[in-house]
Amino acid sequence: MATHLIVVEHSAGKLVKATLAAVAAAQKVGGDIYAVVLGQGVAGVAAEIAPYVKKVQVGEHEGLKDRLAQPWAKVIADAATGAGITHVWGAATGAGKDLLPRVAARLNAGMASDISAVVDDRTFKRPMWAGNITGTVEITTAKKVVSVRPTEFTPPAPGAAGEIGSIDVDPGVSKMSWVKFDAVVSDRPALSDARVVVSGGRGLKGPEGFKTIIEPLADALGAAIGASRAVCDAGWVPNDWQVGQTGKVVAPELYIAVGISGAIQHVAGMKGSKCIVAINKEPEAPIFQIADYGLVADLFKVVPELTAAIKASRG
Amino acid sequence: MKFLVTVKRVTDYEAKIKLKADKSGIVTDGVNMIMNPFDEIGVEEALRQKEKHGGEVVVVTLGTTDAVAQLRSALAMGADRAILVRSDAALDSFAVAQVLAKVVEKEKPDVVLMGKQAIDDDSNQASQILAELLGWGQATFANTINIDGRTATVVREADGGLETVSTTLPAVISTDLRLNEPRYASLPGIMKAKKKPLEEVDIATLGVDLAPKVKLIGFEEPAAKKAGQKVADVATLLEKLKTEAKVL
Ligand SMILES: Cc1cc2nc3c(=O)[nH]c(=O)nc-3n(C[C@H](O)[C@H](O)[C@H](O)COP(=O)(O)OP(=O)(O)OC[C@H]3O[C@@H](n4cnc5c(N)ncnc54)[C@H](O)[C@@H]3O)c2cc1C
Ligand SMILES: Nc1ncnc2c1ncn2[C@@H]1O[C@H](COP(=O)(O)O)[C@@H](O)[C@H]1O
Repeated sequence: MATHLIVVEHSAGKLVKATLAAVAAAQKVGGDIYAVVLGQGVAGVAAEIAPYVKKVQVGEHEGLKDRLAQPWAKVIADAATGAGITHVWGAATGAGKDLLPRVAARLNAGMASDISAVVDDRTFKRPMWAGNITGTVEITTAKKVVSVRPTEFTPPAPGAAGEIGSIDVDPGVSKMSWVKFDAVVSDRPALSDARVVVSGGRGLKGPEGFKTIIEPLADALGAAIGASRAVCDAGWVPNDWQVGQTGKVVAPELYIAVGISGAIQHVAGMKGSKCIVAINKEPEAPIFQIADYGLVADLFKVVPELTAAIKASRG
Repeated sequence: MKFLVTVKRVTDYEAKIKLKADKSGIVTDGVNMIMNPFDEIGVEEALRQKEKHGGEVVVVTLGTTDAVAQLRSALAMGADRAILVRSDAALDSFAVAQVLAKVVEKEKPDVVLMGKQAIDDDSNQASQILAELLGWGQATFANTINIDGRTATVVREADGGLETVSTTLPAVISTDLRLNEPRYASLPGIMKAKKKPLEEVDIATLGVDLAPKVKLIGFEEPAAKKAGQKVADVATLLEKLKTEAKVL
């Protein structure tokens, strides 16, 4: 019988929703599900995750205040040892990718990264080669660590709140220290869980293109903004807007790609979207191969028209 | 300051990746092989740090003798010497990290620079595992690296912004796309690379249990997305989004 430990991610005192995808994946294996919440002053987070698990283990410690891979991995591995835990799960977010392999190393466990499906308790599917291939991997060790692609698992419905208890933690000796976080401030919905995403590429010609073309459309739709690697590299927009193989994976109801050619590395991060619209002046652009609706046109002409039409239809 | 940079031979990011007819793996015949782009960024960073702090840049790969081509590319960019840990079997990230730990034991680098992910398996594991096996600090997804004395301060590409962490050296650092733009090897660089030392080590001599903790047991092509339609103008697009796709 499998017993699961969910590594709960939180930010600014709130549960990061991607964690629920990890719960959903663990439920597919079956067995008891526990959660571990680390940090300082995290009672609120524990209460948020409780309706999804049997028991929440809260580890509060000065040395865990900032999420640093070295002390966190030790404490999570300690929590997963001796408690009959067979699986450790987390979301394949930037934070999860940083932390979970280190937990696997400490547990001497095999890890499946960024899985898209659960086959059985040891077998998982995951995208490889920028999503060109779906690989099936089998973890051969007794303990297993799995990170879950949030867009591939529907969050479960909450149930009766699980018990909340505290655990003794010892962060050990860490060589790392936290310095600061420069947040990208925005009033828009977060890219990872927005219902609509408007993404811009090099076709926008410069940062002004994002201001004058992309932002008004995103405002009209209440959408998050994404981008291709090319424009992040160029410094037109924040790096954390990058959608793709090596950026964020998104799967909104509606994804509008504006002035993006559709390189496989970009497509890897958005092809799971329910409806894809591509606007590009080049009829042969690869983005049209995966778009549900393609508009071959000059973006500087048609996007403002689209924005105006949407505003008009919404009064 | 000594830098150890890991380099993996991978399929070209521009190559069209296809499955073999019997689905036993991907077609590699006629597919160009390159140095993992994130590792190229690692080599570039080590060279720049060496320009500032002095020292040595050693590159290492685990793979077949074909991977010598990628080591030579790193030497042509300016690395000082190279190590091939020869292995004919495919290795999971854990085994790679265990072998690298042995190389680290011998080479005693101050900084190990690795790619954040190999663009073939997209695992994003090896650097974090190595850091834990060594008991060192880690800084993944580096956007800027500042080394001062025995401390590296690293700006990381994190969810929602840029995070700065510091770690004492020795440490493992993994590269993100915007850390730098790798140089092209110059012609004299390519000529010199041919004479630089390249040591070959048989993986079997390192005493590492290479049994995979993660086995790749199947391959499939994801379901193709059904072809969409081109629309004539904004009005038609809007109409379709409302009535057909029902997303507005
Ligand atoms: C290791 C690696 C990892 C990568 N990871 C990612 C990733 O995670 N995400 C990602 O996005 N990329 C990634 N890339 C880069 C990727 O290969 C492409 O280079 C990138 O996506 C291209 O960005 P783009 O579409 O904005 O630019 P381009 O390819 O230059 O396309 C611009 C498009 O705009 C169109 N256009 C120009 N002007 C107009 C106009 N006036 N009206 C309408 N259309 C116009 C053009 O027809 C063209 O199709 C990665 C590459 C590598 C090597
Ligand atoms: N066979 C290998 N030889 C050398 N370095 C490797 C090898 N496999 C992985 N690495 C390094 O580990 C990084 C992350 O790989 P991965 O965990 O497979 O995504 C790569 O960018 C390389 O720097």
